[in-house]
Amino acid sequence: MAVVTQRRHLIQRAGFGGLLLATIATVAPIILVVGLILWRAAPALSLDFLAASPREGMRAGGILPAIVGTFWLTLGTATVAVPFGVGAAIYLSEYAPDSRWTRVIRIAIINLAGIPSIVYGLFGLGLFVLFLRFGTSILAGSLTLAIMTLPVIISTTEEALRAVPQSFRTVSISLGGTQWQTVRRIVLPQALPGIVTGVILGLERAAGETAPILFTAAAFYLPRLPNSPFDATMALPYHLFVISTQVPGMPIELQYGTAAVLLVFVLGMNLLATVIRSRARARRQW
Amino acid sequence: MNDIKVSIQNLSLGYSDGKESLRNVSLDVRSHAITVLFGPAGGGKSTLLRTINRLNDLTDVEHLSGKVWLDGIDVLDPATDLIALRRRVGMVFARPVVLPMSVRQNLTYGLELAGERVKPRLTEVVEHGLRAAALWEEVLDRLDDPASSLSGGQQQRLCLARVLALEPEVILLDEPTSGLDPISTGKVEATLQKLKQTYTILLVPHSVQQAARTADHAAFILDGELIEFAQGKELFTRPKDQRTEDYIEGRFG
Repeated sequence: MAVVTQRRHLIQRAGFGGLLLATIATVAPIILVVGLILWRAAPALSLDFLAASPREGMRAGGILPAIVGTFWLTLGTATVAVPFGVGAAIYLSEYAPDSRWTRVIRIAIINLAGIPSIVYGLFGLGLFVLFLRFGTSILAGSLTLAIMTLPVIISTTEEALRAVPQSFRTVSISLGGTQWQTVRRIVLPQALPGIVTGVILGLERAAGETAPILFTAAAFYLPRLPNSPFDATMALPYHLFVISTQVPGMPIELQYGTAAVLLVFVLGMNLLATVIRSRARARRQW
Repeated sequence: MNDIKVSIQNLSLGYSDGKESLRNVSLDVRSHAITVLFGPAGGGKSTLLRTINRLNDLTDVEHLSGKVWLDGIDVLDPATDLIALRRRVGMVFARPVVLPMSVRQNLTYGLELAGERVKPRLTEVVEHGLRAAALWEEVLDRLDDPASSLSGGQQQRLCLARVLALEPEVILLDEPTSGLDPISTGKVEATLQKLKQTYTILLVPHSVQQAARTADHAAFILDGELIEFAQGKELFTRPKDQRTEDYIEGRFG
């Protein structure tokens, strides 16, 4: 009897030990990557690095045009993807009948999320850059990124809408509300934190992507700032790719510095999403 | 005074999943009285209530025949103005569902949907609804607290108050006290007795005892059929149908 008990304790300890190891193995690389990048980037990080244009074939100076470019691309993506994505999600979740058609649409959306980003890039090149003659531009890049981001925004928004208890809708309708009033006054406000979180996570992915903007928006070296949606632009992820592989004799701290700025940009959005979500959860009344 | 307010004629209804249904139910609901619909669970009582305010439109109804009249208005006519109908026929559900907003906003929600913007009118409605539901004294100084901070019994009376704020003509109550303790239940029942002077009340009680306590008229519904419909005292003391008698005396449930 005692032997059996001891064996069970051993198995339990071994089991938890294995799980702990798996957890450490997951977290450790993240901490190492972030830590290493920030540490190696430290010598390069300065106000000048953030606020100046690159000089001497990008081997000196700052990365302002890339920061500004990524900012505009992200904003452009949001402008297109948020109204269309949230609108489609509201339709699918609140209005669309559960028919074969809507099921096909849902499956299509899920599959869209799985398409490799380079395919979106080539699609954007064909449709926006060449066919619609937008050229290599912030507009074409934003539209391409928006199409890539839409499935993420639609599915997370739909999820947030569905999480709102059905009974709220029933009560609102029973009090003489129309379906639209119910959506606008009850469902949307309750789902908003979840929607915002999903939108930020979708945009964060867009901000960090290289492939979709490779052919549609990104300029190899363009030290002046873009001043119209039809301008090509530098962007952080593409700039990082260029200075890491295409420019011989790049000072290594500039590479790490650029990586650090991109990382902070993306992690900052992530943090914002987390804060919004946890604050909303604390306030929620259901 | 005891006019027929709601008239249900040969109503049959089936859901697409084949679960609950109604078979050829005919029933006249009188105004200024409490009409109780009782019987075993799954017999179609809620379905019957939800047909009167067309809330069944939200569910998967497969077939529907027969008529429901509200003061001569054909309720089931597709052209019926549902928003107007639901303002005249209010509903309280089994679980108290307070909307995620303040006590005050729960009261004014229905009127605001209808486009009411006049502040004094909205303030007046808050007090009127809460007084009618016997909740005014208890929440007087908590009107701007979240409605979810009230106790379960208070929440259910808030749901009733929210319906009363719209000054409907008919009130449907679907086991309104099923989640409440005996004291809260007593308060709700006492409130209903007062309200029946003004409103037409249709109640699905949560027990036979409650049915017997509250019914002016009682309808026994079993497996989608109306077995017996009579004055409350009559039905609970001298049931005509053997099945009614068996159910009242607790021989099946």
